[in-house]
Amino acid sequence: MSEPTPKRALVAGHGDFAAGLISAVEAVTGRGDLLDPIEVKGLCGEDIQLLLSNRLKANGATIIFTDLQAGSCTMAARRLLREMPGVLLVSGANLPMLLDFVMASAEPQEAARAAVERAKAAISVYEAPK
Amino acid sequence: MTLVLNRIDDRLIHGQVVVGWGQPLDVRFIVLVDDAVAASDWERELYRMGVPPEMELRFHSAAEAAPLLDAYRLDPHPGILLTGDIATMRELVLHGGVREVNIGGIHHRAGRRQYMRYVFLTAEEQQALRDVAALGALVTAQDVPAARAVPLEEMLAHAEDV
Repeated sequence: MSEPTPKRALVAGHGDFAAGLISAVEAVTGRGDLLDPIEVKGLCGEDIQLLLSNRLKANGATIIFTDLQAGSCTMAARRLLREMPGVLLVSGANLPMLLDFVMASAEPQEAARAAVERAKAAISVYEAPK
Repeated sequence: MTLVLNRIDDRLIHGQVVVGWGQPLDVRFIVLVDDAVAASDWERELYRMGVPPEMELRFHSAAEAAPLLDAYRLDPHPGILLTGDIATMRELVLHGGVREVNIGGIHHRAGRRQYMRYVFLTAEEQQALRDVAALGALVTAQDVPAARAVPLEEMLAHAEDV
């Protein structure tokens, strides 16, 4: 039996944000298993923080991707950074960011920082040619 | 304008408050009333970074906030009054002027029973909400503007059937 794939990052956000983004990462790259979806419906801030802490410890990940800067997952993760200074938090995660992250060969935190730059550059507005 | 929403939400500043309510109500300021947050520089900074720059965030303890509410109601811009627990909101309602209370999120914790997807209460908290209603405030549960505002007694009765 093969060892389970080590998780490189947690993904947490509103509704089915985490599961939805990870399903898209899986569809594009087949590497969705590098990301751990965090489901927080019905949890208070303290419980979200505890859940994030437990999952980081359980799977050895050091990155948390969240959706909104003001979201409860981001707030809980920012509290957690005080206890776990080796953890990197990235808010505003999107699909280009996670695709770049899972495909990178760099160590996770370097990959995450590079993925943020890639994600910013991947936002475009198009309109029909005049 | 005035305080357009008086909300109890144990997550305090988060997406539903800042974006979900904040944008459609054109909210320009949030009055966050919480003794622990008001007393901690770190906590205040944490929440301040969670709101967009055009939104002002004021912090007060419950005792400090009560006499200031009338002045906040005279503000020309729409604002949200936000507490993290029922006891704090009860204190503000008791002081007067809070006619409607929105239950936005009281989440799972040991000893609490579930009433809605986002509302879990102990027996004491259930009574505290009834006390708020008895003081004359219309108490409803509504996490986001698009959801129906569920009256307190309907919410409590619903759970008793579960």
